[in-house]
Amino acid sequence: MAMEQSEIERLIKASLPDAEVEIIDLAGDNNHFSAHVTSSTFEGKSRIQQHKMVYDALGDKMGGILHALALKTSIKKD
Amino acid sequence: MTDQTTQMIQSTIDENSVVLFMKGSKEMPQCGFSSAVVNALAYLEVDFKDVNVLEDGELRDGIKVFSDWPTIPQLYVKGEFVGGCDIVKEMFESGELTDYLKDKQIPHKE
Repeated sequence: MAMEQSEIERLIKASLPDAEVEIIDLAGDNNHFSAHVTSSTFEGKSRIQQHKMVYDALGDKMGGILHALALKTSIKKD
Repeated sequence: MTDQTTQMIQSTIDENSVVLFMKGSKEMPQCGFSSAVVNALAYLEVDFKDVNVLEDGELRDGIKVFSDWPTIPQLYVKGEFVGGCDIVKEMFESGELTDYLKDKQIPHKE
């Protein structure tokens, strides 16, 4: 039950092309990550909606093979 | 998800102002993320109902479908989904959670 950091980033960017994704492997085990995602598409969305957009990008990985992803979202300003 | 599970979740959030669906109990959380939310609520002296999803496999999957949210814990206030661990922690740290509780008229430490 592990997932490569690059794969997480790829999936997020596939859904949110302008996203800046900063991922930290918290435990060095490819299983506990934190991600800070910055995108202009979050504009006007609630925090719940923003997190959902990232979860949707990760599909069934989230809560499945990807056990722990501490998530923070920010709106990208021009 | 069975109708029974949906009904159980709905009546739990209808009957309790603050509900935390979590892994373990508030006395003994069994996951760091659940524990973090319990700590934030305890710090603000919020009285809440804890629901241990580990005791019911149907509920553990059902709550994810119900809220359309893939992870546990999940916090509900007055029937409204507030968020999971990251959101609650962020709201707690920014002081937003205190304002939110005040807005929802939930007794808490100022």
